[in-house]
Amino acid sequence: MAETTIVLPPRIGFLTRFWRKVALLRESKVGMIGAALVGFWVFCAIFAPLLSPFDPNNDNFTPVHAVPGAEIYVDAGVIVRGVPAPETCELVEEGEQAGRYYCGTVWLGTDKNGRDILSRILWGAQRVLIYAPIATLCAYLVGIPMGLLAGYLRGRVDDILSFVANVILSFPVMVLYVLIIATMPKGGFTVIAAVVFASSPGVFRIVRGLTLDLRTREYVYAAETRGESIWYIILVEILPNARGPLIVDAMLRLGYVTITIGTLGFLGLGLPPPDADWGQMIASGREALQEHANVALFPCLAISSLVLGFNLLADGLREISLRD
Amino acid sequence: MARFQEGWTGPVLECRDLSISYMTRAADIPAVVDFNLKLTRGETVGLVGESGCGKTTVAMAIMRYLGHNGRIAGGQIIYKGVDMATLSHEQIRQLRGSEIAMVYQEPMAALNPSMKCGKQLMEVPIFHEGVSEKEAWDRSVALLHDVKLPDPERVMNSFPHQISGGQQQRVVIAMALLSRPSLLLLDEPTTALDVTVEAGIVELIAELARKLDTSMMYISHNLGLILETCDRICVMYSGEAVEEGTVEEVFDQMRHPYTQGLFGAIPLPTADKNARPLTAIRGQLPLPHERPPGCNFGPRCDHFQKGRCDGQAIPMLPVTGEPGHEVRCVRWNEIGQPVYAGGTRKSWEIGTEPVLTVDRMKKYYELRDSSLAAMVRGRRNRYVKANEKISFMARAAETVAIVGESGCGKSTFAKVLMGLETATEGRVEFRGKDIGAVPVQKRKREDVRAMQMIFQNPFDTLNPSHTVGGQLSRVIRKFGGVQGDEVRRRVLELLDIVKLPADFYYRRPRQLSGGQKQRVGIARAFAGNPTVVVADEPVSALDVSVAAAVTGLLMEIQRTYRTTLLFISHDLSLVRYLADRVVVMYLGHIVEQGTTDEVFSPPYHPYTEALLSAVPIADTSIEKKRIILEGNLPSVINPPKGCPFHTRCQRKIGEICETEPPPEVEASPGHMILCHIPIEALRAVEPVIVQKEKATAAE
Repeated sequence: MAETTIVLPPRIGFLTRFWRKVALLRESKVGMIGAALVGFWVFCAIFAPLLSPFDPNNDNFTPVHAVPGAEIYVDAGVIVRGVPAPETCELVEEGEQAGRYYCGTVWLGTDKNGRDILSRILWGAQRVLIYAPIATLCAYLVGIPMGLLAGYLRGRVDDILSFVANVILSFPVMVLYVLIIATMPKGGFTVIAAVVFASSPGVFRIVRGLTLDLRTREYVYAAETRGESIWYIILVEILPNARGPLIVDAMLRLGYVTITIGTLGFLGLGLPPPDADWGQMIASGREALQEHANVALFPCLAISSLVLGFNLLADGLREISLRD
Repeated sequence: MARFQEGWTGPVLECRDLSISYMTRAADIPAVVDFNLKLTRGETVGLVGESGCGKTTVAMAIMRYLGHNGRIAGGQIIYKGVDMATLSHEQIRQLRGSEIAMVYQEPMAALNPSMKCGKQLMEVPIFHEGVSEKEAWDRSVALLHDVKLPDPERVMNSFPHQISGGQQQRVVIAMALLSRPSLLLLDEPTTALDVTVEAGIVELIAELARKLDTSMMYISHNLGLILETCDRICVMYSGEAVEEGTVEEVFDQMRHPYTQGLFGAIPLPTADKNARPLTAIRGQLPLPHERPPGCNFGPRCDHFQKGRCDGQAIPMLPVTGEPGHEVRCVRWNEIGQPVYAGGTRKSWEIGTEPVLTVDRMKKYYELRDSSLAAMVRGRRNRYVKANEKISFMARAAETVAIVGESGCGKSTFAKVLMGLETATEGRVEFRGKDIGAVPVQKRKREDVRAMQMIFQNPFDTLNPSHTVGGQLSRVIRKFGGVQGDEVRRRVLELLDIVKLPADFYYRRPRQLSGGQKQRVGIARAFAGNPTVVVADEPVSALDVSVAAAVTGLLMEIQRTYRTTLLFISHDLSLVRYLADRVVVMYLGHIVEQGTTDEVFSPPYHPYTEALLSAVPIADTSIEKKRIILEGNLPSVINPPKGCPFHTRCQRKIGEICETEPPPEVEASPGHMILCHIPIEALRAVEPVIVQKEKATAAE
């Protein structure tokens, strides 16, 4: 064979290819709405420190259960945002509140401890948008290998793993959470553990189903004839081809996990107070639901809109993956 | 209900300057351009072409099944004198199924799996003619008799999955014929069926056409089938009809270069891999929106003349002296018949020592039957006897073909060789070791590297998530023992050997055509320089000219590396062209074994005889004996006692075939036949394929 060097033409950059894939989302209206909703909350979470008018945990100058839209006036000398009022608030010259300082408006009202709901929602977004993806990722890290092994090896491995998954899935979720709350210490780690425990059987099932189908493909057969190891086959040959349905499932699961985190917060297993947590806000607002519905209502709307965003994004991604 | 246009005697179907386009976001894609066809009563016309030529689109347009983005952009479809564009939706719905019927490729997809066959059959007359259930039942049973289904009542009461593929297709044909349509469209009705089953269906269709006086349009890519079933043929290329005429005229004297190219790519009995090799048509099919000006076939044509062939659109020109024969070529009378230069290529030397020896290998799959009935009967284990006493041998640089239909055990045999299954008994000796009982995970890397496989389905053989270069690199790294830059160099070298451009390194499989994917599959198999390559029907899913190119490539690589090729196929024409030795399998047994010449001429095993007569041959100078096998393949779990073939054998001699297993008779050294019939009787049998004397010497 002649010793000519065959030259390879340059390849399109990685970023360009990634961007082209993302830009496909534009073709789905539903996906765009979902992306907008999720994007809105991501924006809020990132810029919470700049956007929130008040300190979410500080309560000593705002009135308890203020009406949405109420304006906050304080006297000189009150500490607002860590410093005395005259330095951060505006002096009101005339009118009813002359001589006092205007420090901002509580657009959504305050809760029973006098904390601004809007600020708490913005900071709560941070919590949710950090914990939900991490918890979902952990659930996948547990569910994917189990599902791949069960689907590919079948036989006894499959029987055992499916049995365990079915037992967990058949457990009533609330009982599970109560058990966890009763036994484990409060904190972020417990939240993640609870989510992983509740979600990974679902991931396991989906991955197992996809694997059962993919293992019949000829390229898997070709890898087997080369004597490739089991881990190579399931991780390199099978898993990348399952990414379509898994991405869609991931979006949906982010929504479920968000609700789960909200539920856990509601039940008291969330972040230790006074930190903002949407679920806890709903729990604490429950008592005053009759007269001061705003305390529970706005966190509810926040959770709903975020979960709706994830679901619509999932729908959009599914539409696009079907079209390809 | 009155028949549509009762008493019409003119042409049943006429397509005038038909143009069909698909509307996409980017542009209108012209799928079919200026198509003309006239079909008279009782006539069968064959529409031939490769994938993408538009033949299915024409049939769909006639049935008005073009989908939401297809439309007839020009011309007319005239059915029995009425322009179909003037008919309302309701009228067309009445026509479909009663006047115009269609039979598709996959019988399992055409039948509703949740309804009994009888119910589906009865729907046709009940809907179209409003008859009573009893009469519908009687007519269905009568028609099932006509399509030669044994025990029609049982079939009426079965679900589609309970009957075999050939029987399903007969049911579909019966369903199409139940309301006595005037026009029957058949879109590759036998592609999904085994060769012997196909022969039966083809004969059935021809007979029914004669009996019922139905006009038929037979769409296929198999020229041999067209020769056997059709009166006229229309060859299509890239949306246009390029040649049209009676079957005898076109097959004897092909005028269009594309038709000649197609014939050159088919392995006819006159082909010889050394003297008259298959010639592939160079170039690629143009995309519909990138068709060249003038003749569509121009860029790929050896007789292309600048100025004449790439000017305006070429019309269909009549061939003088042959009425009805038309060609879309301005140079038709300057182009003679293709002449095949006498081969100067020397056949290569086959080694003398065996590289692979299989000795009385058996493979049984165990079926654990844990039902109550089996426990009572006391027999809990049943066996699928997939391979029985397989013995053969292969030498270096030899091509051994393993021939058989589905269920004969050839895939199981390939699995045992590759180590995906282990043999139940017997020896498989390779490189001095017995690997029959060693699964692939336990084999040494050297042995795995030395025996590789090429797979059947090019669309599934590559992992869609990885690039071509990535997948080849993996194989090279595993087998080649090289690292880094050397790997890349070797991958590019491989791509060059299989004649793919270097920039395919970064392409994903979905950007490749079927033929290109199969080339990558070949590159992958040869990456580690194997000693034996098992090719499992490598070209059966490819178009004719692409298959010729891939076959040529395979042979070239084999010649260079002196690899032993085990070629599994059901295509006897290709086997005759390629193979040095042939092994014929039936129901897990080897029924005949020998060199290609020995197997393809008497003495034959009766099954070989039937197989040979079932293969359609696209050569008018060949006369073929007609042997149709009755019955179905027996169950592998409960194989017949005695000779496995006796349930369908056309030469069964009596009791002995049913009770005693036949002996292995040696007709000549190396030629083995498994049969009770005495060898002299078999030797006296006439050959199945006979070359007729041509009246004039070949041009």
